[in-house]
Amino acid sequence: MAWLTKSLNSSLGKKLLMAITGLFLISFLIVHCGLNATIFLNDGGVAFNEGAEFMGTNPIIRVMEIVLFAGLLLHIFDGLRLWLDNKKKRPVSYAVVDGAANSKWYSRSMGLLGTLLLLFLIIHLKHFWYFSRLTNDLTEAHTLYNEMQIVFESPIVVIIYVLGCISLGYHLLHGFQSAFQSLGWNHPKYSPTIKSIGAIYAVVISATFASMPIAFYFHLIH
Amino acid sequence: MEGHLNLTLKIWRQKNAQTAGKFETYQVSGISTDMSFLEMIDVLNNRLIEEGDDPVAFDHDCREGICGMCSMYINGRPHGPNRGVTTCQLHMRSFKDGETITVEPWRASAFPVIKDLVVNRSAFDRIIAAGGFISVNTGNAQDANNLPINKDNADDAFAAAACIGCGACVAACKNASAMLFTSAKISQLALLPQGQIEAATRAQAMVAQMDEEGFGACSNTGACEAECPKGISIENIARMNREYFSATFSSK
Repeated sequence: MAWLTKSLNSSLGKKLLMAITGLFLISFLIVHCGLNATIFLNDGGVAFNEGAEFMGTNPIIRVMEIVLFAGLLLHIFDGLRLWLDNKKKRPVSYAVVDGAANSKWYSRSMGLLGTLLLLFLIIHLKHFWYFSRLTNDLTEAHTLYNEMQIVFESPIVVIIYVLGCISLGYHLLHGFQSAFQSLGWNHPKYSPTIKSIGAIYAVVISATFASMPIAFYFHLIH
Repeated sequence: MEGHLNLTLKIWRQKNAQTAGKFETYQVSGISTDMSFLEMIDVLNNRLIEEGDDPVAFDHDCREGICGMCSMYINGRPHGPNRGVTTCQLHMRSFKDGETITVEPWRASAFPVIKDLVVNRSAFDRIIAAGGFISVNTGNAQDANNLPINKDNADDAFAAAACIGCGACVAACKNASAMLFTSAKISQLALLPQGQIEAATRAQAMVAQMDEEGFGACSNTGACEAECPKGISIENIARMNREYFSATFSSK
């Protein structure tokens, strides 16, 4: 197996790992976003709570939850490793850099956006994952939907969530198509489609997520 | 129409790899807008020599945009403000009268400064030596259409082979990555039937050498492609990824 670890520890291998874990997290976000969007049914959270109940009790989902955390940690670890490696490659920095002339700011700021996302994620997990998995506070009378209503009463929390979603949107805008490039999937027939889907995905996912705390805060859903 | 410019130059001066460098400011006047950027530096150097000062060291050779020697990082971009050109093909009409121009060497740990604006790019030579060759005898020039090469592949191989090894990709990359260079050198052979014999080992050997030289990883920002004077596409980087990973799993 030395050949595999050697390959995965190369500059290309680190990016492969980043791409695979990234695409896995992208697939998770579809499930997460789709399930949460049931709050917009305006049924008092009945459908949402049913979904949450399923996600919290189904054994396959519970196993996937562990896989998800593993994927997330691998993505973070690999990103950190790449960032530490890469910043050593230019010990004397330029006095003048015109980055905007040749690339998008968010493509150059994936480490920063990822760090913001991680900070947001810690707050987010404390709010809902900790509440539903590690405390006994989740009851028939106090559902996950109720908890969302309570959490999003705070304007500061809503602002943090919206900023988190903006970071997510830009992270995905670059990350989605970048993952395919790292996997070697650059093809005149498919690449334009991949880029378009990536852009639509980034906007739809981040905008849908961002609309949730806003909707709760302004009591647009009940 | 020819005009004349008065410019302020902030140029990186560094005696050798061991000493620390710093910016020196120079005023140049009466610079013709028809001059190339290198000729403008020549004018400055003539004056420095006459004044008994050390002229600014910079790499240059053909001065017609094909050798890849000139390597200045001008106002925050490799080869200056224009796309698809080397510094020798950058003309002073691209600048405004009274402008301050900052000139730096390529910055990368794999490209140590030799003197002033001259950097050592022999890391590129070692990457090519690691696998950028074929060991079949290609013989004399063949008659047209004698070789089983698809026209599109031949065109792509030729486009990759247009790389002049100037290092602008490394200079532009936020990670000082040599992916565009290495992938071009892999692609020009991977696309042709003559290159298939070493296909499994080539990508592995060249990537290993690239990592050993201290170049960074790829963030897929596309800065390299945008700044490449020869317009090398990052499709080559994707091809290198495919070559490398298929070699990882299929090689013995």
